[in-house]
Amino acid sequence: MNIQSRRRLACVTGVALVGTLALSGCGSNSNTTASSTAKSTNCPSGTLDGEGSTAQVNAIQQAISDFQTTCSGATINYSGTGSGAGVKQFIAGQVDFGGSDSALSNKLTAGTAGTEQTNADKACNSPAWNLPMVVGPIAIAYNLPGVSKLILTPAVAAKIFNGVITTWNNPAIAALNKGVTLPSTPIKVFFRSDESGTTDNFTKYLKGSAPSDWPAATGKKWTGKGEGKDASSGVSDAVKSAAGGITYTEWSYARDDKLGIAEIDNGAGPVVLTGPAVSMAVSAAKHVGTGNNLTLKLDYATKVPGAYPILLVTYELVCSKTKSPAKVPLLKAFLASFASAGEQTKLQSIGYAPLPAAIQAQVRTAIGALS
Amino acid sequence: MSTITGVSSVDELPDPEGHRPLHGDRASTGQLGDRLFGGTARGAGVLIIALVTMVAVFLLSQALPALAADKVNFLTSTQWNVDATPLQFGIANLLWVTVFSSVIAMVIAVPLGVSVALFITQYAPRWLSRPAASLVDLLAAVPSIVYGLWGLQVLGTHMSGVQSVMEKLLGWLPLFQDAGIDASSTIFTVSIVLSIMVLPIVTALSREVFAQTPTLHKEAALALGATRWEMIRTAVLPFGRPGVISASMLGLGRALGETVAVMVILSALADGTPWSWSMFNGGETFASKIANNAAEFDTPRKAGAFMAAGLVLFLLTFVVNAIARIVIERRKAFSE
Repeated sequence: MNIQSRRRLACVTGVALVGTLALSGCGSNSNTTASSTAKSTNCPSGTLDGEGSTAQVNAIQQAISDFQTTCSGATINYSGTGSGAGVKQFIAGQVDFGGSDSALSNKLTAGTAGTEQTNADKACNSPAWNLPMVVGPIAIAYNLPGVSKLILTPAVAAKIFNGVITTWNNPAIAALNKGVTLPSTPIKVFFRSDESGTTDNFTKYLKGSAPSDWPAATGKKWTGKGEGKDASSGVSDAVKSAAGGITYTEWSYARDDKLGIAEIDNGAGPVVLTGPAVSMAVSAAKHVGTGNNLTLKLDYATKVPGAYPILLVTYELVCSKTKSPAKVPLLKAFLASFASAGEQTKLQSIGYAPLPAAIQAQVRTAIGALS
Repeated sequence: MSTITGVSSVDELPDPEGHRPLHGDRASTGQLGDRLFGGTARGAGVLIIALVTMVAVFLLSQALPALAADKVNFLTSTQWNVDATPLQFGIANLLWVTVFSSVIAMVIAVPLGVSVALFITQYAPRWLSRPAASLVDLLAAVPSIVYGLWGLQVLGTHMSGVQSVMEKLLGWLPLFQDAGIDASSTIFTVSIVLSIMVLPIVTALSREVFAQTPTLHKEAALALGATRWEMIRTAVLPFGRPGVISASMLGLGRALGETVAVMVILSALADGTPWSWSMFNGGETFASKIANNAAEFDTPRKAGAFMAAGLVLFLLTFVVNAIARIVIERRKAFSE
């Protein structure tokens, strides 16, 4: 009896195990069903490697996941190691494309015989192109309980971030915000203690639109006043927990932490931070690159009504004639998908602004000319 | 059987069956085992020395070109311009914040750790001492990023009250003056978190040392009429002093090199902020500054400047450990 019941138990356990394993194979893979219903896009297979700017990491991960859903044979890897590393690796030929917060520079690189642009041209054996791809709005985020709408001009913003204006109820701020009761809390400025493209573009904005109030230099290192915190998450969290705090940070962080976002009055009326407002500012930018090299020079003092002027543009660095021809179809397909109107509009939900249609078209032309 | 000289010759002559003397299990003579183990121990020692030397050589080779190009005094300047061509960088601020935060952390952690160790070994009943020891050791298992986030978001919210009381009572000392930094991100807050991180190291090692106090000494003190505290003060603590100093030096090494927790909690200061002696100021330590900027080492000169800062930290830890060794060796001469 004992042996029989033990054998019966073993049988039941065995059937249960086999049954579980068999039934687990019945789960459907949602990826495969999606690709079978997708329209037939150009879907080469292969692997691409890119690295560089951290400001575009969220955007490019979204673009990669969307592209890989429609094209399951493609693998694209991007690591956010910083714009400096991205440029260095691109020039060294270690990656298929680089991501950088600023276009390849035309200033002599220390330790080499040329500029970033000429070194990249030499490494590619063909002109290296800067393709603007991701527009990241920079919000001036603040934490003032009871104040839901704040208007700032570049001059007042420069004075706040320089430590000249130290309390919220300063007459200069009150003059811009009639009808709003500003408390007498001291202003706590937080800045990025790590080197970042956000700092670079924000200081360029302050210097470009209020040069007399921002005498300090521009650059990746902060040159104003305040307390330094590490990374966008650090500054946003600091403002969230400090009443009276103010900082400059990417739009998505300000939104996620539910911080107040200031309206910017560049001389044509206060502009709320929205995707189309930022695209308008990109449209006002000057093209300083030639042909398919689409370097933009942003006009931070733009007085176009409805344009939000504080933003950064990240570029994808590519060789016009790549050194690995087998990867060209995949590179072109991925970049085209990234620059497509649908993808750019989708990026708004994660805190980026779409490239204006005219620039999208120019980028797509350049991508088509890659070989 | 002995030879003419009286030395036993059993080991020299073949045995009755003609076998060589002492053949078979050669390890029983101790020769092979001795050579193997001695060689391994010596090799390990050489390897450690080689590793430390290689680290020192790496730091020196990276740092020297940047140091040579530095236009201001490396040790006394508070500037840090490593992007533009006239390299101007100095570590005065970094050195001060690193040393200051670590010293405050040790001032809090060592008495606390020694007290906990004494409690666990001398006062606690047997059923309590093992779980208490495990709990303290558990503190060491918490990752530093968790300490950083906890320090910033939990401890930091309570620091403004403490800070205002201290400023009111002791604000006349430059050490306690207000520096305009948010209370959750000061050197003082960082030191408290560092002391919690260092506590398990100090407690674990002190506990081991106190547990090894010769019972004879303790019984002798008690027999002479000492109270529990007097027995600890005369028998346990003097015996354990070298161990406690070792433990403190290990803890100090950890506090000096702690990176992530400091990066998350401490507010960096803007360039050009005037010097302040206050513990309610912000700043950066060597480790946090290097980690903060590690992604942007564009040029060898720039990386070299940060390596020079790392070299100073390396030398600082080396010197502190050397002093500790000297103190311990001198103590050993007086103990049995």
